[in-house]
Amino acid sequence: MPTVEQPKENSWEPRIIAFFCNWCTYTAADLAGVSRLRYAPNARIIRVMCSGRVDPQFILDAFSKGADGVLIGGCHPGDCHYMEGNYKALRRMELLKRMMKDMGIEDKRFRLEWISASEGERVKTVINEMTEQVRALGPLGLPKKFAEWDKELESLEHEINAKGDTVHA
Amino acid sequence: MPDKPKVAFYWCASCGGCEESVVDLAESILDVVAAVDIVMWPVAMDFKKKDVEAMADGSILVSLVNGAIRTSEQEEMAKLMRKKSKLIIAYGSCAHTGGIPGLANQFEREEVLRYVYEESPSTVNPQKTRPELKVITNGSTVTLPNFFNVVRALDQVIDVDYYLPGCPPTPKLLKQALEVLLSGKLPEKGAVLAPDIALCDECPKKDTKPSDLKFTEFKRPHSIQIDPKVCLLAQSILCMGPATRGGCEGVCISGNMPCTGCFGPTSRIKDQGAKILSALASQVEARDEKGIDETLATIPDPVGTFYRYGLPVSLLRRKNFNSTG
Repeated sequence: MPTVEQPKENSWEPRIIAFFCNWCTYTAADLAGVSRLRYAPNARIIRVMCSGRVDPQFILDAFSKGADGVLIGGCHPGDCHYMEGNYKALRRMELLKRMMKDMGIEDKRFRLEWISASEGERVKTVINEMTEQVRALGPLGLPKKFAEWDKELESLEHEINAKGDTVHA
Repeated sequence: MPDKPKVAFYWCASCGGCEESVVDLAESILDVVAAVDIVMWPVAMDFKKKDVEAMADGSILVSLVNGAIRTSEQEEMAKLMRKKSKLIIAYGSCAHTGGIPGLANQFEREEVLRYVYEESPSTVNPQKTRPELKVITNGSTVTLPNFFNVVRALDQVIDVDYYLPGCPPTPKLLKQALEVLLSGKLPEKGAVLAPDIALCDECPKKDTKPSDLKFTEFKRPHSIQIDPKVCLLAQSILCMGPATRGGCEGVCISGNMPCTGCFGPTSRIKDQGAKILSALASQVEARDEKGIDETLATIPDPVGTFYRYGLPVSLLRRKNFNSTG
């Protein structure tokens, strides 16, 4: 029986959420698998019909729920199955990148790539590169930060409860 | 008058505009006063915290609390009002979504205090004196509330029953809300007491909104002569209408000013800023990175524009600082 190496208690691995379009990048990831290419296991792939379907809310949601990086894969410009979807994705991501920088999220945590159905090798390279980039940045850990921020509310809670029962008029 | 239901108003981190909007009920305020007993209203009446403390729990029918929560005093008062009230309404943008004070979530606590007590142009403070939470002077102890690291919307601190959106809410919506609450036919808990449609839907310029916009730049209202009959987006003015809840009846739009988003999102939207970003950016005309960036550069402050009233309830809540403070 092969033994599975258990991750150590405190070891951290980058968690990357990848939105891949059905027609190009997801098919490329499929090809990478069929070709038995080995690449970092850090990306959780979510298939969407088009990179234009990736609402900026999905990306912020991924970060706020604990993703350390978000990768979006779509068809090359001009190749979109729905004509315009990847251009819309590009425009949204350009502005989102700027906004996230203002919100203190490094732009290397976020990447948009055009990968066609035949570019299985490219899926491997991009996921490997991104995993290393995010590893170098370290964890983003927003859920933990939210919990830390809210500790400042707890102290008063104790104080108020300690005052005992309310006086009834 | 034991029969009259009790109503309270309270304010936290806010500008006072919400109080003004209550007064804007004009003569209808007399109907309100005739129908209810106001038991707390710091801006207009002389009731103290101890008066509220002396009341039985749940004895106030409804408390309308405006303002965001930034200090421990506001937190304490919000919790007290919650305890004493059957219903809590988050009144106005700041209580509903964090509002303008919520924009301070782009800065660390220390940055805010340093600017206010040392760096602002009108401040003279060579000794760099800062307020202390506790000072003992002449044998007596003087305390000040703590200033939190994070600005919060009301429902991030206490349980909220209903929301009245707007900066400030319109007198019409307040009147409707009070009528509904006094009638006893309560809406579903958590309801926003305004229509669940985008502002574009009730916009007076709706008919001129093109189905496809092609932005080459975003203009600011002072920089062009606005055609009062045409959709502001069609005139390249950044308007938050598509991602903002209606109910204000387009008061700003009718004055030729674009919507800035004070009513917050509709129920289908999780993050108002991300949604309007998506709606506007996708309709930029350019297809290449350089052209896209040039067009988008005409939005100088994306966070301040898209999250003007809602940063504390956005998915990211606050700027991510490397320190945990």
